[in-house]
Amino acid sequence: MNIHIKNGRLIDPHNKIDAKQDVFIADKHIVGIGKAPQGFAAEQVIDASGLIVIPGLVDVAARLREPGYEYKATLESEMEAAMAGGVTSLSCPPDTDPPLDEPGLVEMLKHRARSLNQSRVFPVGALTYGLKGAELTEMIELTEAGCKAFSQADAPLTDTRVLMRAMQYASTFGYRVWLRPQDMFLAADGVAHDGEVATRLGLPAIPVVAETIALSTMLQLARETGAKLHVCRISSAEGVEMVRAAKRGGLAVTCDVSMNHVHLSEMDIGYFDSNYHLSPPLRSLRDRDALRTGLLDGTIDAICSNHSPVDEDAKQLPFAEAEAGATGMELLLPLVLKWAAEEKLSLLEALSRVTINPAQLLGVKMGHLSVGAHADVCVFDPETNWKVEPAALKSQGKNTPFNGYTMQGRVRHTIVEGHVAYSI
Amino acid sequence: MNNPQLNSNGELQHLLTTDGLPVRIVRDILDKAAEFVSVAEGKEIKKVPLLHGKSVFNIFFENSTRTRTTFEIAAKRLSADVVNLNIGSSSTSKGETLLDTVDNLCAMHADMFVVRHSSSGAVHLIAKHVAPEVHVINAGDGRHAHPTQALLDMFTIRHYKKEFHNLRVAIVGDVLHSRVARSQIHALTTLGVPEVRVVAPKTLLPTQVEKLGVQVYHDMTQGLKDVDVIMMLRLQNERMQGALLPSAQEYFKYYGLTQERLALAKSDAIVMHPGPMNRGVEIDSSVADGTHSVILPQVTFGIAVRMAVMSMLAGSKQ
Repeated sequence: MNIHIKNGRLIDPHNKIDAKQDVFIADKHIVGIGKAPQGFAAEQVIDASGLIVIPGLVDVAARLREPGYEYKATLESEMEAAMAGGVTSLSCPPDTDPPLDEPGLVEMLKHRARSLNQSRVFPVGALTYGLKGAELTEMIELTEAGCKAFSQADAPLTDTRVLMRAMQYASTFGYRVWLRPQDMFLAADGVAHDGEVATRLGLPAIPVVAETIALSTMLQLARETGAKLHVCRISSAEGVEMVRAAKRGGLAVTCDVSMNHVHLSEMDIGYFDSNYHLSPPLRSLRDRDALRTGLLDGTIDAICSNHSPVDEDAKQLPFAEAEAGATGMELLLPLVLKWAAEEKLSLLEALSRVTINPAQLLGVKMGHLSVGAHADVCVFDPETNWKVEPAALKSQGKNTPFNGYTMQGRVRHTIVEGHVAYSI
Repeated sequence: MNNPQLNSNGELQHLLTTDGLPVRIVRDILDKAAEFVSVAEGKEIKKVPLLHGKSVFNIFFENSTRTRTTFEIAAKRLSADVVNLNIGSSSTSKGETLLDTVDNLCAMHADMFVVRHSSSGAVHLIAKHVAPEVHVINAGDGRHAHPTQALLDMFTIRHYKKEFHNLRVAIVGDVLHSRVARSQIHALTTLGVPEVRVVAPKTLLPTQVEKLGVQVYHDMTQGLKDVDVIMMLRLQNERMQGALLPSAQEYFKYYGLTQERLALAKSDAIVMHPGPMNRGVEIDSSVADGTHSVILPQVTFGIAVRMAVMSMLAGSKQ
């Protein structure tokens, strides 16, 4: 399908373009920016007057819940959510049931996702079998099946010798290791940041040292093994500082943060609202400010949705008993726009955190609109205000801490691999 | 954010916590309780018909004898019909969720729920869920709150000390896990007590506890010096397992309330305990049974305070 996106404001962080330019798509690829290639005949014209045209978003943490947790979400529902959110590439953590520790499972997931012809799915494989932290998975086989990185998701890896060997093995082949820093003993039964709010509400708490101790281990092992370490869902000021220092010291470490943590803090828990029960926990305002500083100075490379749909029954419980997690892909773009507006950051700068940067973390060629690139495009209206109403979300997970918030900016068209997969 | 305890007229709709409870409501409860005490001090305990025709459901997801019994007595003295349900710690293991249980009881036309649950915030969840004509009283949720205990403690303090604005109060023991301590702290600061202390080893104090408006002591000698009121907390035996304390013996040696330590407080200091006591762990028997102890009057006042809370809730407009 030949598509001509006309009259839009094109913003492409990778190519540093912010200008009114038309985009021409043919044969699944971008074939022209600004002017049509010779002989181009559009079969479909998208009038993007007043709209902004950007690379499709790349989300490094979106749980699709398949296989195993179809009662929480299905590939069908979450792919629709991705399209409504302008997310054209996503990577899903391996914490499915069974976990993504076998090439067959990964191939099946990729096949299922491809058949839906919506967002591209880049699975993150399990670092250890069953995410149990004992035996290494077949990383070469898993990579051939399509895994882009290896991770324990939120499962602990307490045996540091296994962790070291996993990182050594991965680094032998240049594979990425994505780790979420949380000491399982210090986090134990905690459900909220160890601070003023947890003290007041009497909630079992997770101290910042649960993050920094685990992070310290990971950083030292990355130095020792040469593994390509990516730190997932950083949540504390101290953690950000450790990553900053490691980067300054020359370590090739990268880092992401969830959009929830860019905007919210422990204060938002209010009267035990389980929509704010997230993992990692929402920390203090000081931590939130430090995460924002880390995003601005490049310590934190990417913002992800940490999309984790949870079924309603699992949230209608007392705070500590409720399952952690929130739906998010449909809110990723407006929340990045909100962050940019609050920080007075140009869209060119801000959008790099959800396009080219996460694409580079995954090592995929998406996230930009160069001629010859894959035609994954998001067209959004920057002026539309809309209210977050759970029932209207495409995701099967209806729980979000932003329930009732007014968002500015709404996706109008999502193009994946040269076809319009979503339009409103 | 609206205070979930108050209705649109600013009246008490539910009693969930003493945190953010307006001082006028606290004083109203104490004043009303005083009326019930004088009723109770008469030769025969008169029933008052304030809750006649109303159903009070005591739902205890966590075991309790004393609190449940005093709520039951309080409700019966107000002429309510009382239903007691001991659901045990895990109704969910039987497949029914907390809110399903509540819905079922609502269908039996409950007017008031008295709820104890092991999870902080469980009672807020129920209060948010029930119909506007149903009232909810928190009888203890996790580590969060136990407001009627704190209110009966305030009643006891007022009974013996008359005023709050000139008091120095020490709360001693496991503040970290204690819903009683949290509710006491909020009630004391709301009533204008100028100095509230907590005394405990660091393992039994929550992070940033000073932000609740208390002064932190780790030493009994300093913590009890010149205080007017000593509020002891119960030490659960399981605290020895989580590496929070080495032994009950060592705890008693450094944090147990003995006659010698009591002597550091003012000569007319009162000693309180929410019960049940661990004699020889947090408190010495001679202190528990001594002249400064007001532990048994606390229990008596507890009935009056719970009557006051129930009658106020029943009297609030929707």
